[in-house]
Amino acid sequence: MTEPRDISRRDLFMKTAMFVNGVVGFILAVPILRYLLSPVSRERKPGYESWIPLGDLKQFPSGETRLATYRNPVVNPWDGDTADIACWVRNVGGQTFQVFAINCAHLGCPVRWFPQSGLFLCPCHGGAYYQDGSRASGPPERGLFQYDYRIESGKLLIKAGEMPTPGQASNIVREIRTCV
Amino acid sequence: MRLINSLGEWLDARLQVAASIREAAEHPVPRETASWFYVFGSAAFVVFMLQIVTGILLALIYVPSAGEAWNSLQTLNHNVALGWFIRGLHGWGSNFMVAIVLIHMVQVFLFGAYKYPRELTWIVGVFLLLVTLGMAFTGQVLRFDQDAYWGLGIGASIASRVPFIGPSIVNLMLGGPIIAGATLSRFFALHVFVVPGLLIAFVAVHLLMVLKLGINEWPMPGRVVRKATYIKDYHELTKTDGIPFVPGAIWKDMFFAAFILLSIAACAWYFGPFGPSGPPDPTIIQTAPRPDFFFLWLYAVLSLLPPSMETPALLIGPVVLILGLLVLPFVFGEGEKSWRRRPIAVLTILLVAVALGTFTRLAGNAPWSPVMDAWSGIPIPFEFLHNRSALERQGALVFQVKQCHNCHSLDDRGGKRGPALDAVPVRLTHDQLIRQVIQGGGNMPAYGKNLSPAETTALVAFLETLHPAGQSPARDASRAIALGTQPDTSSLPDQ
Repeated sequence: MTEPRDISRRDLFMKTAMFVNGVVGFILAVPILRYLLSPVSRERKPGYESWIPLGDLKQFPSGETRLATYRNPVVNPWDGDTADIACWVRNVGGQTFQVFAINCAHLGCPVRWFPQSGLFLCPCHGGAYYQDGSRASGPPERGLFQYDYRIESGKLLIKAGEMPTPGQASNIVREIRTCV
Repeated sequence: MRLINSLGEWLDARLQVAASIREAAEHPVPRETASWFYVFGSAAFVVFMLQIVTGILLALIYVPSAGEAWNSLQTLNHNVALGWFIRGLHGWGSNFMVAIVLIHMVQVFLFGAYKYPRELTWIVGVFLLLVTLGMAFTGQVLRFDQDAYWGLGIGASIASRVPFIGPSIVNLMLGGPIIAGATLSRFFALHVFVVPGLLIAFVAVHLLMVLKLGINEWPMPGRVVRKATYIKDYHELTKTDGIPFVPGAIWKDMFFAAFILLSIAACAWYFGPFGPSGPPDPTIIQTAPRPDFFFLWLYAVLSLLPPSMETPALLIGPVVLILGLLVLPFVFGEGEKSWRRRPIAVLTILLVAVALGTFTRLAGNAPWSPVMDAWSGIPIPFEFLHNRSALERQGALVFQVKQCHNCHSLDDRGGKRGPALDAVPVRLTHDQLIRQVIQGGGNMPAYGKNLSPAETTALVAFLETLHPAGQSPARDASRAIALGTQPDTSSLPDQ
C-alpha cells in the first residue's frame, strides 16, 4: 500500500478475476436456466396438445358415457403406465359428443361415472357433476374440463396432451353452462 | 490403548480440531436445561441421521423411473432380504421426524426460546420445519403408487391457481405436460439432493447458533428478557449455576434418542412399511387417494372450505402463516419467557393442536367423500324393509340403484356426505322430500332428470317410512288448516 489512490497490482488482478468469474457465471447461468425452464418454454410451437384418436365411433353408443384411454402424445419410453390417460366420452346423440377429462375440476382426482344416477362423483372431496359435466355439488367451482373433439373417418379424435388444471387459461374461459 | 492414543495424537497434530471439539462439548449450560424437555432437537437430528442411512440403503435398489419405481418397491418389499424393514424404518422415521420437529417447535415456543438473542435460530428452525415437510411430501411422491400419482395431481391443481404463472409452475413442477417420468425424476432429485442439502446446511447453522448463543435457560416467571442485560445475565447464570454439556446434559439426549430409534424400529417391525398401494396407472380410476398422516389435516381443510374461499386460503394462508412465524421473534423479542405468564401463547398452541387434531381425525374417516360402493356393497338393514308395502320396497330399491346410499347413511352405514336419513321424514314433509329429491340443493345434486315420476313416488314412500317409532313425521300444518281437515296421522305406524 504505497499511494492510497493507486490501485495496486494485486487489487487489480483480484477485481479482474472477480469480473471474469461474473461473466463466466452469467454465461453458464443462461443455458442452465434455459435447461431448467424447458418444461415451460416448450420448444415446440404448438405446445403440448395434439389430436389423438380415441377409437371407433361404434365404441361410444348413443346416449351413453364410456371410459376411454389414450397414450399421451408427449411421451418418453420410461414413462410406463403414467402416459396412459383416461377420459369420459359421452355420446349426446348421433355425432354430438362431450369428452370430459378424468380429473375433477376441484383438485384433479379421478371422477367416476354412475350411469344409474347420471352423476360423476369424485372420491376425494366429494365433488359431483351432472351427466353434461356441469357442477352438481361439492367443492368444485365449475364443471368438468372438456376436450375439443372432432370426427374423422369414423373415429373420434380429441385435442389433448396436457393434464387439465383449474388455473389454465383455456379452462378458465370455457365455462360449462349450469344445469337445472 | 497406547496405540489408539498415539494415533489420535498423530491425527490431531495435523487436523488440530480436538481442542475446539472439547471446548464445544464441555461448554457450560444452565443446570436446569439438563431436562427431559430439552431432548427433542437432538432427537430430530438423530432421526435425520437414520433417514440419511436408510435413504442411502433404499437408493441401492430403488429405480427412480415412472415405469419401474413401483416394481422396484415391490422388489424391496418382497425379494430383498429385510428390504421391507429398511422401507419401514425410512417411512416411520419420516413420521417420527415430523412429529419430533413439531414437538421441538412447541417446546421452544412455550419456553420463549425464540426471544432475543435467538431470533435467527428460530427463523432457521422455521426453515427446517418447511424443508422437513418438503422431505415428507417429496418422499411420499417417491413411493410412486396411486396415492402418490393423484397426490401430485392435487399439488398441481393447487399450484395452477397461482395468478398468471400458475400453469407455468405446474409444467415446471411436473417437468412436462402430465405426471410422468420427468415428474418422478425431478422429485427424486429434490428428495435426494436438493432438500437434504438445504436441510444439512440449515441444521449446521442452527447448531452453530445453539453453541454460540447457548441453550435457552429454563424460563422462570418474572425473569424478563431485556436486550440490554440478557447476554450478561445469561453468562452470569452459566458461570454460577452451569454444568458442562458433556456429560452433564447429554446423557438424557442420548437415552431419548435411543428410545426414539427403538420406537421407530418397533413400528417398522410391527406395522411394516407404507405401501406401495396400487400401481401408478391413471387409467385405474377405482381409487380413493389419501395423503400421508401429516397432510391429512390439509385434506380435511380442502374439503370443508367453502369453494369461493379455497383459492385465496390456499395461496394466502401459507404465506401469512410462514410470515407470522418468521416475524414472531421480532414482535415478541423481549419480555416474559415463562408459559405461566404467557396465556395467549399457551392458548395459541392449544387452539392449533385442537384444530389440527380435529381435522386429522375428520380426515381419517372423510365424511365428505362419497362411499363409492355403498349402493352395491352395503345393504339396507332388514328392519327398514320389514312389514313394508311393495311400493315402499320398490323405493328402497331406487334408493340403492340411484346411489343415494353413497352419500346418505342408514343405520350409520353408507356415505356421510349428506345427512343420515334414519329419521328424515321427521324433518321434511312429503312435499319437501319430493322437492329435495327432484331439485336438490343444499349441496345435493338434483335428481329430477334421472328419476321417473314412478321412481320418485316410490323413493319418497320409502323415505317416509324411516321415522323412528313414536316420532310422528313432519307435516305441513297450513295444509290441514287450509283444507279445513284434521291433520293426517295415517302414516304413523300402528305400534
